[in-house]
Amino acid sequence: MSKTLKVRYFAWVRERVGKPDEDVQVPAGVVTVGDLMTWLASRGEEYAHAFENPKVIRAAIDRAHVKPQASIGGAAEIAFFPPMTGG
Amino acid sequence: MSTITNVRIQSEPFDVAAEASKLTRGRTDAGAVVTFTGICRGDENGEPIAALTLEHYPGMAETEIERHVAEAAARWPLIGITVIHRYGRILPGDDIMMVVTVSSHRAAAFAAADFLMDYLKTRAPFWKQVEKADGKIWVEAKAADDEAAGRWTSSGKHQAAE
Repeated sequence: MSKTLKVRYFAWVRERVGKPDEDVQVPAGVVTVGDLMTWLASRGEEYAHAFENPKVIRAAIDRAHVKPQASIGGAAEIAFFPPMTGG
Repeated sequence: MSTITNVRIQSEPFDVAAEASKLTRGRTDAGAVVTFTGICRGDENGEPIAALTLEHYPGMAETEIERHVAEAAARWPLIGITVIHRYGRILPGDDIMMVVTVSSHRAAAFAAADFLMDYLKTRAPFWKQVEKADGKIWVEAKAADDEAAGRWTSSGKHQAAE
Protein backbone atom coordinates (compact mmCIF):
# COMPACT_ATOMS: atom_id res chain seq x y z
CA MET A 1 0.00 0.00 0.00
CA SER A 2 1.43 3.36 -0.94
CA LYS A 3 0.52 6.80 0.27
CA THR A 4 0.57 10.21 -1.42
CA LEU A 5 2.41 12.92 0.46
CA LYS A 6 3.22 16.51 -0.31
CA VAL A 7 6.93 17.07 0.35
CA ARG A 8 8.39 20.57 0.59
CA TYR A 9 12.04 21.58 0.56
CA PHE A 10 13.62 24.80 1.79
CA ALA A 11 16.95 26.64 1.49
CA TRP A 12 19.86 24.45 0.29
CA VAL A 13 17.77 21.29 0.51
CA ARG A 14 15.42 22.91 -2.07
CA GLU A 15 18.35 23.99 -4.24
CA ARG A 16 19.92 20.53 -4.23
CA VAL A 17 16.65 18.69 -4.96
CA GLY A 18 15.92 21.27 -7.63
CA LYS A 19 12.28 21.94 -6.76
CA PRO A 20 10.35 23.60 -3.93
CA ASP A 21 7.78 20.85 -3.50
CA GLU A 22 6.30 17.71 -5.04
CA ASP A 23 3.72 15.03 -4.45
CA VAL A 24 5.31 11.64 -3.91
CA GLN A 25 3.95 8.11 -3.71
CA VAL A 26 5.57 6.71 -0.60
CA PRO A 27 5.97 2.94 -0.67
CA ALA A 28 4.81 0.70 2.18
CA GLY A 29 7.62 0.16 4.66
CA VAL A 30 8.49 3.86 4.80
CA VAL A 31 7.16 4.50 8.30
CA THR A 32 9.17 7.29 9.89
CA VAL A 33 10.58 10.65 8.84
CA GLY A 34 14.03 9.04 8.88
CA ASP A 35 12.79 6.24 6.58
CA LEU A 36 11.40 8.87 4.22
CA MET A 37 14.77 10.65 4.04
CA THR A 38 16.50 7.35 3.24
CA TRP A 39 13.92 6.57 0.55
CA LEU A 40 14.11 10.09 -0.96
CA ALA A 41 17.92 9.84 -1.05
CA SER A 42 17.57 6.76 -3.26
CA ARG A 43 15.53 8.59 -5.90
CA GLY A 44 18.44 10.11 -7.85
CA GLU A 45 21.68 12.01 -7.68
CA GLU A 46 20.12 15.33 -6.70
CA TYR A 47 18.24 13.69 -3.83
CA ALA A 48 21.31 11.74 -2.73
CA HIS A 49 23.19 15.05 -2.60
CA ALA A 50 20.42 16.81 -0.67
CA PHE A 51 20.14 14.02 1.90
CA GLU A 52 23.81 12.95 2.03
CA ASN A 53 24.03 13.99 5.69
CA PRO A 54 20.55 13.34 7.12
CA LYS A 55 21.69 14.22 10.66
CA VAL A 56 21.82 17.93 9.76
CA ILE A 57 18.41 18.00 8.09
CA ARG A 58 15.39 19.12 10.11
CA ALA A 59 11.82 18.08 9.38
CA ALA A 60 8.29 19.30 9.99
CA ILE A 61 5.04 17.39 9.65
CA ASP A 62 2.05 19.56 8.86
CA ARG A 63 4.03 22.64 9.89
CA ALA A 64 5.24 21.40 13.29
CA HIS A 65 8.81 20.35 14.08
CA VAL A 66 9.35 16.58 14.37
CA LYS A 67 12.25 14.24 15.07
CA PRO A 68 13.48 11.60 12.58
CA GLN A 69 11.75 8.86 14.63
CA ALA A 70 8.31 10.48 14.13
CA SER A 71 5.73 8.45 12.23
CA ILE A 72 4.55 9.84 8.89
CA GLY A 73 1.29 7.91 9.22
CA GLY A 74 -1.09 10.84 9.65
CA ALA A 75 0.92 13.38 7.68
CA ALA A 76 -0.42 15.40 4.74
CA GLU A 77 2.67 17.58 4.24
CA ILE A 78 6.29 16.97 5.22
CA ALA A 79 9.00 19.56 4.92
CA PHE A 80 12.78 19.13 4.97
CA PHE A 81 15.19 21.97 5.61
CA PRO A 82 18.58 22.90 7.11
CA PRO A 83 18.92 24.22 10.68
CA MET A 84 17.13 27.55 10.90
CA THR A 85 18.97 30.88 10.72
CA GLY A 86 16.28 33.52 11.22
CA GLY A 87 16.15 36.18 13.87
CA MET B 1 -3.60 38.51 32.68
CA SER B 2 -4.67 38.41 29.09
CA THR B 3 -1.80 39.49 26.88
CA ILE B 4 -2.26 41.39 23.62
CA THR B 5 -0.25 39.53 20.97
CA ASN B 6 0.63 40.34 17.37
CA VAL B 7 2.69 38.21 15.01
CA ARG B 8 3.40 39.36 11.46
CA ILE B 9 5.53 37.90 8.70
CA GLN B 10 6.04 40.47 5.94
CA SER B 11 8.43 41.66 3.28
CA GLU B 12 7.82 45.34 4.05
CA PRO B 13 9.88 47.36 6.55
CA PHE B 14 8.41 48.04 10.01
CA ASP B 15 8.54 50.89 12.52
CA VAL B 16 9.59 49.53 15.91
CA ALA B 17 8.73 52.75 17.76
CA ALA B 18 5.24 52.78 16.28
CA GLU B 19 4.75 49.11 17.18
CA ALA B 20 5.83 49.74 20.79
CA SER B 21 3.56 52.76 20.99
CA LYS B 22 0.56 50.73 19.78
CA LEU B 23 0.96 48.44 22.80
CA THR B 24 1.34 51.20 25.39
CA ARG B 25 -0.81 54.06 24.09
CA GLY B 26 -3.69 55.00 26.36
CA ARG B 27 -2.73 52.71 29.24
CA THR B 28 -1.32 53.45 32.67
CA ASP B 29 -0.30 49.93 33.73
CA ALA B 30 2.58 49.53 31.27
CA GLY B 31 5.71 50.37 33.24
CA ALA B 32 8.29 48.67 31.02
CA VAL B 33 8.81 48.29 27.28
CA VAL B 34 11.65 46.21 25.85
CA THR B 35 12.32 46.30 22.12
CA PHE B 36 14.79 44.19 20.20
CA THR B 37 15.57 44.85 16.55
CA GLY B 38 17.67 42.50 14.44
CA ILE B 39 19.54 44.44 11.73
CA CYS B 40 21.32 43.21 8.61
CA ARG B 41 25.09 43.56 9.07
CA GLY B 42 27.34 44.51 6.16
CA ASP B 43 29.60 41.52 6.75
CA GLU B 44 29.35 37.79 7.34
CA ASN B 45 32.34 36.11 9.02
CA GLY B 46 34.46 39.16 8.22
CA GLU B 47 33.59 39.27 4.52
CA PRO B 48 31.50 42.09 3.09
CA ILE B 49 28.01 41.24 1.82
CA ALA B 50 25.83 43.11 -0.66
CA ALA B 51 22.54 41.90 0.86
CA LEU B 52 20.87 38.96 2.51
CA THR B 53 17.78 37.11 1.40
CA LEU B 54 15.48 35.47 3.92
CA GLU B 55 13.53 32.42 2.83
CA HIS B 56 10.70 31.24 5.06
CA TYR B 57 8.10 28.50 5.32
CA PRO B 58 4.78 30.34 4.96
CA GLY B 59 2.20 29.14 7.44
CA MET B 60 4.70 27.37 9.66
CA ALA B 61 6.63 30.58 10.38
CA GLU B 62 3.49 32.25 11.77
CA THR B 63 2.40 29.12 13.69
CA GLU B 64 5.80 28.54 15.26
CA ILE B 65 6.24 32.16 16.36
CA GLU B 66 2.67 32.32 17.69
CA ARG B 67 3.33 29.19 19.75
CA HIS B 68 6.37 30.76 21.42
CA VAL B 69 4.55 34.06 21.91
CA ALA B 70 1.78 32.13 23.69
CA GLU B 71 4.38 30.37 25.83
CA ALA B 72 5.99 33.69 26.79
CA ALA B 73 2.57 35.07 27.69
CA ALA B 74 1.98 32.04 29.91
CA ARG B 75 5.38 32.28 31.63
CA TRP B 76 5.58 36.00 32.39
CA PRO B 77 3.02 38.68 33.36
CA LEU B 78 2.96 40.57 30.07
CA ILE B 79 0.64 43.27 28.80
CA GLY B 80 1.61 42.90 25.17
CA ILE B 81 3.94 41.17 22.73
CA THR B 82 4.55 42.04 19.08
CA VAL B 83 6.86 40.03 16.85
CA ILE B 84 7.50 41.03 13.22
CA HIS B 85 9.86 39.07 10.99
CA ARG B 86 10.64 40.11 7.42
CA TYR B 87 11.41 37.88 4.46
CA GLY B 88 12.90 38.60 1.04
CA ARG B 89 15.98 40.65 0.14
CA ILE B 90 17.30 42.95 2.88
CA LEU B 91 20.19 45.40 2.57
CA PRO B 92 22.91 46.03 5.17
CA GLY B 93 21.63 48.51 7.75
CA ASP B 94 17.99 47.56 7.21
CA ASP B 95 15.85 45.86 9.85
CA ILE B 96 15.25 42.09 9.72
CA MET B 97 12.97 41.47 12.66
CA MET B 98 11.71 42.93 15.92
CA VAL B 99 10.31 41.89 19.25
CA VAL B 100 8.43 44.22 21.61
CA THR B 101 7.43 43.10 25.09
CA VAL B 102 5.41 45.26 27.47
CA SER B 103 4.95 44.59 31.16
CA SER B 104 4.29 46.46 34.40
CA HIS B 105 7.90 45.87 35.51
CA ARG B 106 11.12 45.42 33.59
CA ALA B 107 12.14 41.90 34.66
CA ALA B 108 9.29 40.18 32.80
CA ALA B 109 9.69 42.35 29.71
CA PHE B 110 13.45 41.68 29.47
CA ALA B 111 13.11 37.94 30.17
CA ALA B 112 10.30 37.43 27.66
CA ALA B 113 12.14 39.32 24.90
CA ASP B 114 15.30 37.28 25.55
CA PHE B 115 13.32 34.00 25.56
CA LEU B 116 11.54 34.89 22.32
CA MET B 117 14.78 35.81 20.55
CA ASP B 118 16.51 32.60 21.61
CA TYR B 119 13.62 30.51 20.27
CA LEU B 120 13.12 32.49 17.08
CA LYS B 121 16.78 31.90 16.20
CA THR B 122 16.55 28.13 16.48
CA ARG B 123 12.89 27.20 15.86
CA ALA B 124 11.29 29.72 13.48
CA PRO B 125 11.56 28.41 9.89
CA PHE B 126 13.66 31.15 8.27
CA TRP B 127 16.91 30.75 6.38
CA LYS B 128 19.41 33.49 5.54
CA GLN B 129 21.41 33.54 2.35
CA VAL B 130 24.10 36.22 1.92
CA GLU B 131 25.39 37.74 -1.31
CA LYS B 132 29.19 37.86 -1.28
CA ALA B 133 31.62 38.84 -4.03
CA ASP B 134 32.11 35.16 -4.96
CA GLY B 135 28.46 34.16 -4.91
CA LYS B 136 25.48 33.41 -2.71
CA ILE B 137 26.06 31.42 0.46
CA TRP B 138 23.59 30.00 2.99
CA VAL B 139 24.35 31.17 6.52
CA GLU B 140 25.20 28.27 8.82
CA ALA B 141 23.35 27.82 12.10
CA LYS B 142 25.45 28.56 15.18
CA ALA B 143 25.83 26.06 18.03
CA ALA B 144 25.75 29.04 20.42
CA ASP B 145 22.15 29.74 19.37
CA ASP B 146 21.08 26.19 20.27
CA GLU B 147 22.83 26.54 23.63
CA ALA B 148 21.09 29.85 24.25
CA ALA B 149 17.67 28.31 23.54
CA GLY B 150 18.54 25.44 25.90
CA ARG B 151 18.79 27.90 28.81
CA TRP B 152 15.00 28.11 28.95
CA THR B 153 14.28 24.40 29.41
CA SER B 154 13.59 22.89 32.84
CA SER B 155 17.28 22.54 33.69
CA GLY B 156 18.07 26.08 32.53
CA LYS B 157 19.34 28.71 34.93
CA HIS B 158 16.68 31.19 33.84
CA GLN B 159 13.92 29.18 35.54
CA ALA B 160 14.72 31.09 38.72
CA ALA B 161 13.95 34.39 37.00
CA GLU B 162 10.33 33.53 36.27
